[in-house]
Amino acid sequence: MQMADFGFTLSKGRQIDYEANDKRIAEYIYSREPSFRLCIECGGCTATCTTGNFTEFSLRELHILMKRGENAKVRQNIRKCMLCGKCTLVCPRGVNTRNIVFLAKEAFQMFDNHAV
Amino acid sequence: MNSDVIVVGAGVAGMETAGRLAEAGLKVILLEKNEVTGGHVTNWYHLFPDRRPGSEVLQYLESLKVNGNLDLLKGINLEDARKDKNGFILRSSDGDIFYSKAVVVATGFDLFKSERKEEYGYGIYDNVITSADLERKFREGDLRTTGGKLPERIGMVHCVGSRDEKSGNLYCSKLCCVTAVKQAIEIKEHLPESRVFCFYMDIRMAGAMYEELYMEAQEKYGISFIRGKVSEAGESIDNSLIIKVEDTLAGRPLKMELDMLVLMAGMEISRGSQSIGSMLGLETGENRFFRVRDYHIGSNLSNIDGVFYAGSCTAPMNITDTISHARAAVTEVIGYLKQ
Repeated sequence: MQMADFGFTLSKGRQIDYEANDKRIAEYIYSREPSFRLCIECGGCTATCTTGNFTEFSLRELHILMKRGENAKVRQNIRKCMLCGKCTLVCPRGVNTRNIVFLAKEAFQMFDNHAV
Repeated sequence: MNSDVIVVGAGVAGMETAGRLAEAGLKVILLEKNEVTGGHVTNWYHLFPDRRPGSEVLQYLESLKVNGNLDLLKGINLEDARKDKNGFILRSSDGDIFYSKAVVVATGFDLFKSERKEEYGYGIYDNVITSADLERKFREGDLRTTGGKLPERIGMVHCVGSRDEKSGNLYCSKLCCVTAVKQAIEIKEHLPESRVFCFYMDIRMAGAMYEELYMEAQEKYGISFIRGKVSEAGESIDNSLIIKVEDTLAGRPLKMELDMLVLMAGMEISRGSQSIGSMLGLETGENRFFRVRDYHIGSNLSNIDGVFYAGSCTAPMNITDTISHARAAVTEVIGYLKQ
């Protein structure tokens, strides 16, 4: 007898599982651009970002997601950056944000099997 | 026993006040309830922001005691304190009676009892400790967990008992953020391979060289700062801890395993302060610290003429501010006695 399909599914948890996540992308950037550690999440980069003003793109958010090993959204979005460098000009902590975008792209190429 | 001034409490504020008043030629009695002087500093390994040993400040305070005008009496429990037309009369539980023309209350703060934040499991889980416990571990040079291993992952919880309506303390204790940063750095110095995470609501670094220390913690020591109030800690079967927090900047809940959790206990008005406050009829503010007569130009003055305040019995204060406040109290007392 066939089981009736009630349409139940399992929801994936929203919780960040820090232990389980892959932090290699962040480690790659930390070792090559130490100013990555200095971000205080003020959002200045995102506020000035032309891309962010026209599409859903927050460099601040992508920074923190990489640090937590939540890489999927970063991989999908990092290509939107036009590398204009305005974010680097406004950063109050001297984070080389533009270089971080470069390094993130490099890291995704290295650790994932497809380029961004 | 007669005197010009009685100073109650021989912590940083009391010793500075008493020492300087004695230097100015006044006859001073300094009363301390414990058998040791120096207050909370005696428990501290290194001080922020320059990480000098706490013992250096104690040595300085000790040097102030050597003065013929100063009588230091330890192990004194006051039972009564009152003012009459001739001045002040204080009586100890041993029946000693002390007279003076003025009183300086320098009775300081107590650390928040972290057991009260039951969700963090202090006193329940082995490897949940307080900032004061960590200083003791630094002094003893042994950072091992109760299981005997060196911790690899350590979390620091800011604002334990501060800025917390549930604890009845709406105020910021001011020192815990910089203490967490200082302690995180020292953990990394002892255990360079460890990972340290600070969980904060806001980072409040309003002091000379505090922000610089925070940057150094990030850049040189690789300490991670995660914005979010830890909501609970639990213990797993292998004695490690699992914490839940919202990573508010990622907008997602986060769970993490840690070997040790350090609670940054806030400051509360001390029980000693409450006791002498009720004997003398001193007014307190909503935060239960003593209410000063004027927050801008009279922060050493109480509601009673002749009773002065020095140090953290009026508000959370670091050592720098406590010493300044104590020196200001000296000026106020000398002015009062000249009248």
